[in-house]
Amino acid sequence: MPEVTMTVNGKPASGEVEGRTLLVQFLREDLNLTGTHVGCDTSQCGACVVHVDGQAVKACTMLAAEADGAEVTTIEGMAAPDGTLDRVQEAFKEHHGLQCGFCTPGMVMSAAALLRDTPKPTEAEVREYLEGNICRCTGYHNIVKAIMAASGQEVSALAAE
Amino acid sequence: MPKDHGIGASSKRREDERFLTGVGNYTDDINLRGQAYVHFLRSDVAHGKINKVDTSAAEAMPGVVRIFTGADFDGVGGLPCGWQVTDKHGQPMQEPAHPVLAQGKVRHVGDPIAAVVAETAAKARDAAEAIEYDIDELPAVIDMKKAVQPDAPKVHDDLESNLCYDWGFVEENKPAVDEAFEKAAHVTTLELVNNRLIANPMEPRVAVGDYARATDESTLYTTSQNPHVIRLLMGAFVLGIPEHKLRVVAPDVGGGFGTKIFHYAEEAFCTFAARALARPVKWTASRSEAFMSDAHGRDHVTKIELALDADNNFTALRTDTYANMGAYLSTFAPSVPTWLHGTLMAGNYKTPLIYVNVKAVFTNTVPVDAYRGAGRPEATFQLERVIDKAAIELGVDPIELRRKNFITEFPYETPVAVAYDTGDYHATMDKLEEIADLSGFEARRKESAARGRLRGLGVNTYIEACGIAPSNLVGQLGARAGLYESATVRVNATGSISVMTGSHSHGQGHETAFPQVVADMLGIDESMIDIVHGDTARVPMGMGTYGSRSLAVGGSAMVRATEKVINKAKKIAAHLMEASEADIELKDGQFTVAGTDKSVAWGDVTLAAYVPHNYPLEDIEPGLEETAFYDPSNFTYPSGAYACEVEVDPETGKVTIERFAAADDFGNIINPMIVDGQVHGGIGQGIGQALLEGCAYDENGQLITGSYMDYAMPRADDVPFYQVDHSCQTPCTHNPLGVKGCGEAGAIGSPPAVVNAVVNALRSGGHDLTHIDMPLSPSRVWQAMNA
Repeated sequence: MPEVTMTVNGKPASGEVEGRTLLVQFLREDLNLTGTHVGCDTSQCGACVVHVDGQAVKACTMLAAEADGAEVTTIEGMAAPDGTLDRVQEAFKEHHGLQCGFCTPGMVMSAAALLRDTPKPTEAEVREYLEGNICRCTGYHNIVKAIMAASGQEVSALAAE
Repeated sequence: MPKDHGIGASSKRREDERFLTGVGNYTDDINLRGQAYVHFLRSDVAHGKINKVDTSAAEAMPGVVRIFTGADFDGVGGLPCGWQVTDKHGQPMQEPAHPVLAQGKVRHVGDPIAAVVAETAAKARDAAEAIEYDIDELPAVIDMKKAVQPDAPKVHDDLESNLCYDWGFVEENKPAVDEAFEKAAHVTTLELVNNRLIANPMEPRVAVGDYARATDESTLYTTSQNPHVIRLLMGAFVLGIPEHKLRVVAPDVGGGFGTKIFHYAEEAFCTFAARALARPVKWTASRSEAFMSDAHGRDHVTKIELALDADNNFTALRTDTYANMGAYLSTFAPSVPTWLHGTLMAGNYKTPLIYVNVKAVFTNTVPVDAYRGAGRPEATFQLERVIDKAAIELGVDPIELRRKNFITEFPYETPVAVAYDTGDYHATMDKLEEIADLSGFEARRKESAARGRLRGLGVNTYIEACGIAPSNLVGQLGARAGLYESATVRVNATGSISVMTGSHSHGQGHETAFPQVVADMLGIDESMIDIVHGDTARVPMGMGTYGSRSLAVGGSAMVRATEKVINKAKKIAAHLMEASEADIELKDGQFTVAGTDKSVAWGDVTLAAYVPHNYPLEDIEPGLEETAFYDPSNFTYPSGAYACEVEVDPETGKVTIERFAAADDFGNIINPMIVDGQVHGGIGQGIGQALLEGCAYDENGQLITGSYMDYAMPRADDVPFYQVDHSCQTPCTHNPLGVKGCGEAGAIGSPPAVVNAVVNALRSGGHDLTHIDMPLSPSRVWQAMNA
């Protein structure tokens, strides 16, 4: 079996994998980074989004072998080493942007990528960007609100509650 | 000022920290030493006779541990049904066997034929492909009305027909209802479909079975809303394992929405196989497997008739519904179209005479059971749609027609066997008119028209019966379980508290909201209280979470147990202060003697309970831990009024939700932030049902919508921000918190608002139509416009 080596959350990681092993399987099963979730088998739900060399990628659409040599960041690598939450994580907590928590890692990773490319997205831009992330709990209301808040925009008037 | 702690505060959720940092503990995150993996070979035909399942070639594949077929389950119980409905002739429903693995026949696409246990998931899957099987495909029954024809193929050969039951409610009222229709000044009739849905919690189901030879104990880790129910059903009816030898753990669960209530074959299989192989056995569903094995929801075909007198008072209601059960009876399936549906047909209205007929039908489809709202969305949808149609036919304002018929005096006994304790339907409608800015609608309609869009407004009300439920009542109605809830409040020596609750949190935020209640009662900080749930070894027998019951029933048990703790703590405090127990008051975590400056702190009392050097041992035992079981005396009746504004593109038929407002009455509120979130989520699912989602089978029983490629889940850009309000509060009169429950309201109240709005939009464009069946996809709307 081929050996893969990559940097995950700033630390070196390697392992032997079958050729068919997906990146998400390698992360979850070999590295025990179970924060990245699997919610579908057609690459649509987005629960498995991670960053590979700075790009948001669905870790179920990529073979582990393809990530050989890459820099990978998962949800476990988002908070600062002292535990301080990233601004997206913090905003999700502040604005109740999660319920069951299963889609959350993918939502946070997608949102972080969006805000890197589009620092002040409009509501429509946030909603369109999340096309590849499905949430069944929140009706998206507080997710969109949290992402806009994380971008530093005033959200209290978006929809009164 | 909003409260910052205790009851009524929007405390931030403590469970978020672990979910946001990737250290939650979902069932698929559990891996046990030496575990093997299961892959189920599932039927690819809807109906067939199994001639042969030859596993010999597959057994020889690398890494295969053992392959099980239906023959391995001879002598093992089948999956039980938890509710027996009695038909209109007084006879019990037809109840087929439901083997863990198919025996003799397969009855739906996805029915498990064999289970491969192997060293890795990939090897199990590879070996499953090598199983040779021969199935004679039989004609499938998919359409419910065809299924009950005398010459229809039978799903179960040993049953008389495909009719599970023919239920009349209230059967004795039928002649009076029929007579009222003959005398009516106006009758409105509507035929409609409540579309079949797939719950789709984002976490697929997972089961891990484990077995300890040393103690003969089995453990099942599973994605369940109610681990004790699974322990009871699987232990007593399927595998014959007594409760004290069977532990069921439901750790972090990634959404349920009803579909994780039920006991599934895969749970029984993993527990069974772990014992047979004496090693852990794990199964993780793929999403495709979830589509063909999770219980589906809704799927009613209904004719509803509303009779009115010359003053537009509702005088009678009559419904005729076909309800799909699928191929087997899922755990609570028979109760959904009957007791969770027929009893809600009065809605918010004082219709004096109601008759509901439901024919439950077996088909060659996945079993159908409760999905968020469970029966109540089906009741609300038909009632609120027929009222809108009546308003069109009579040329009256649909809101005024509703207001004219609102129930205004409480308690109110409906003609469908329930008694609403409180409510104020005018108040929620008033609030809705305000928050939805209904007076501004015509201006917005003109603005839409200027852009070539048809704008429509849909308004409706809803009521639900939740806080399920009084055990003695549901027992009479056929439930084979009680529906109380339990709580243990364990106070530790240093004053911290573990609250063990039989309800289960899978997104609802119990870990945050429940401590708010206990903290409020004791006057201590919320952070001193932790909630323990989801483990039959740690929590007293409880019935779990569904039917918006956790706070109304489980929270009430918690209040009762905390009251017992307070009573005992006051005895200890009285002893410590050498005062009379009757004079002891508890406030802000301090026990004081009324009228004096004597006090002892919460922590002094808890320490004395466990270090009883100075303690009234002759009167009370050491320790401070109390358990309560709470069985409610009635359902709770949340209600509300919802408004939806849509734009329809007349060129394409595409519907866009422009505004959505919800004014709910949930009684008292513990955590407003969490309540808002529950309503948002329910509305999102309701919009999904109304516009996007529909489970489709072809005539041969092939599941057309078998993945997210085909089943349209609502995405972020399908929905708007919602305007929600729960300031109208008529507290429940019969539980100690005065709470009603909020988990299902959004999904119950929203579909009719959307459809009413689309019909209104199209009529404003000159299209003379009164109904379109959900989901209102662009093609359906376009076809309706161009019919």
